[in-house]
Amino acid sequence: MTGWMQHLIIAPVLIPLLAAGGLLFIDERRRVAKAMVSLVATMLLALVALSLFRMESVADGFEGVYLLGNWAAPFGIVLVLDGLSALMLLLTAVLAVASLIYSLARWHTVGAHFHTMFQLLLMGVNGAVLTGDLFNLFVFFEVMLAASYGLLLHGSGALRVKAGMHYIAVNLAAALLFLIGVSLIYGTAGTLNMADLAARIPEIEPDRLMLMEAGAGVLGIAFLIKAGMWPLCFWLPTAYSAASAPVAGIFAILSKLGIYVILRLTSLLFGAGPSAGFGAEFLLYGGMATMVFGTIGVLASQALGRLAGYSVLVSSGTLLMVLGINDGAISSGALLYLVSSTLTISAFFMLIELVERGQDAGANVLAVTMEAYGDAEEEKPEEGDGVTMPGTMAVLGICFAACGILLSGLPPLSGFIAKFAMLSAMMGTGAIGVPPTAAVWALIILVILSGVAALISMTRAGIRTFWSSIEGTVPRVFVIEIMPVMFLLTLTLMLTVQAGSAMQYMDTTIRSLSNPSIYIDAVRNAATIPGTERKDGEAD
Amino acid sequence: MEIILSIGIGVMTSCGVWLLLRPRTYQVIIGLSLLSYAVNLFIFGVGGVKTNVPPILSDGIATSTLTDPVPQALVLTAIVIGFATTALFLVVLLASRGLTGTDHVDGRGDPK
Repeated sequence: MTGWMQHLIIAPVLIPLLAAGGLLFIDERRRVAKAMVSLVATMLLALVALSLFRMESVADGFEGVYLLGNWAAPFGIVLVLDGLSALMLLLTAVLAVASLIYSLARWHTVGAHFHTMFQLLLMGVNGAVLTGDLFNLFVFFEVMLAASYGLLLHGSGALRVKAGMHYIAVNLAAALLFLIGVSLIYGTAGTLNMADLAARIPEIEPDRLMLMEAGAGVLGIAFLIKAGMWPLCFWLPTAYSAASAPVAGIFAILSKLGIYVILRLTSLLFGAGPSAGFGAEFLLYGGMATMVFGTIGVLASQALGRLAGYSVLVSSGTLLMVLGINDGAISSGALLYLVSSTLTISAFFMLIELVERGQDAGANVLAVTMEAYGDAEEEKPEEGDGVTMPGTMAVLGICFAACGILLSGLPPLSGFIAKFAMLSAMMGTGAIGVPPTAAVWALIILVILSGVAALISMTRAGIRTFWSSIEGTVPRVFVIEIMPVMFLLTLTLMLTVQAGSAMQYMDTTIRSLSNPSIYIDAVRNAATIPGTERKDGEAD
Repeated sequence: MEIILSIGIGVMTSCGVWLLLRPRTYQVIIGLSLLSYAVNLFIFGVGGVKTNVPPILSDGIATSTLTDPVPQALVLTAIVIGFATTALFLVVLLASRGLTGTDHVDGRGDPK
């Protein structure tokens, strides 16, 4: 990469930062101007993410290393672009465009500084996936969390503020755990650079290695809180369902950020060497518990928002179990599942708000109560002309059905392809004649059961909402609000059509992740740009 | 020196954790502040507890006798971030008090 193209790696961090700074100068009453600046910045970000993704999909395991301030690693902070980072960047940009366009209908004016906080959240997420330094990861994480606190509170109200307070307290505690972990790792290994840390692990003495593993464990807990592992996940359904719709749409990527960091650190630090396989069993059992908890929650949810929150937990649990099993083929399918489930959940959160607009606050609970303790009198079948469903409800219903198909993993959408990729890899693990291990069987059973639970719950919710709804009012939906939802769902359809090339990309990514020496060498060999050095005594 | 620092960090952490689990929001904030003090001291202590040694490099001084400047930089960052998040949490505490009329963490009123 030469010329200005080499600075493309830092563009995903700089564009939202400059946009957020510029937005602060625009007066709060000039809503159209603010919205336009934010929209242009997000579109630009999406273009940059797409071009970085294309760069990654062409080269084989290409590592782009960007030295911040031209300081050499390991003392300088590096930004590293590889297949996984490019994938996360693109996913974030897609969700950002969708959520932002959704918010332009009315949500962005409900409170102050929505666009500023949105751009800062994007900056935090992009920085966290690009960075190659542990403390820089902490800083970007804090930027992202601070913006998310503000976004969660956007729109105010007693319920939202209460959920926001719990969310802030939990994440502040997680940040403190992060700091403890990072400082333990620095104290034992002497470096904060991820690649340098991976190279130094074989050289640490055994008793200090124990301390380093303890530090990594504490660090992992901080990210497992973010990812939503049981028993650290009780804050998640409440917080996500209390958020306003565009905010919940972009929050879908935040839990996957925790999964991303765990994947990055386990593949770099605990792939091979003296600490190989550290934490794998913990991730396996934690993921299992999360999936069981999420499945029960999906079945038990009375409100659609909580159903979506528990679906986040189910997808997180699946990914954590796959990380614990640590098999290359299953992990490729799991990456596709990550993309598919994130797109689904983002679309679902935005759709829920549209659907529930036409309903009274207690309609869901009332419907469940009536089902359980319903009256004996039956409705007389209507005679005469059939009641036509209003167009709005028809469109919302189709989108809801698509979300249900995606969440349960039925064909023809990408939920099926992702689950199929994972299941076929799981059935085929081990050499010929060697059946899958008990852990893999547990994952197979739980993946299928969670799909069934999602199917039951979504069908029940769909019938209750669209076919036999108690309320007769049709929600007022703007085109600009339904477009992002349909865009995300169409993306999942395209993911099915392009599944071959998508799986090829995931395979390449997993292969380069399981070979951490590529990453380590790329960072070590990154050369500083030679400056014009003046010798002593030379005139200006 | 290390034993005093360790005991101090331990006492602050335990008090902070206990306060964090209390039902009143003010106790939660004080708990988080104590925890952040403890963690900041911990980060600082990771660099080696030496007295009277500056982290400044100059000619003729061996680097092994200096204190490590990196943990000091890490602590500064952590302190600053802690400021901002404590201030934000205070604002949310006040908003919650205003909206629910009580300082209970879950917004519940006093049982009659």
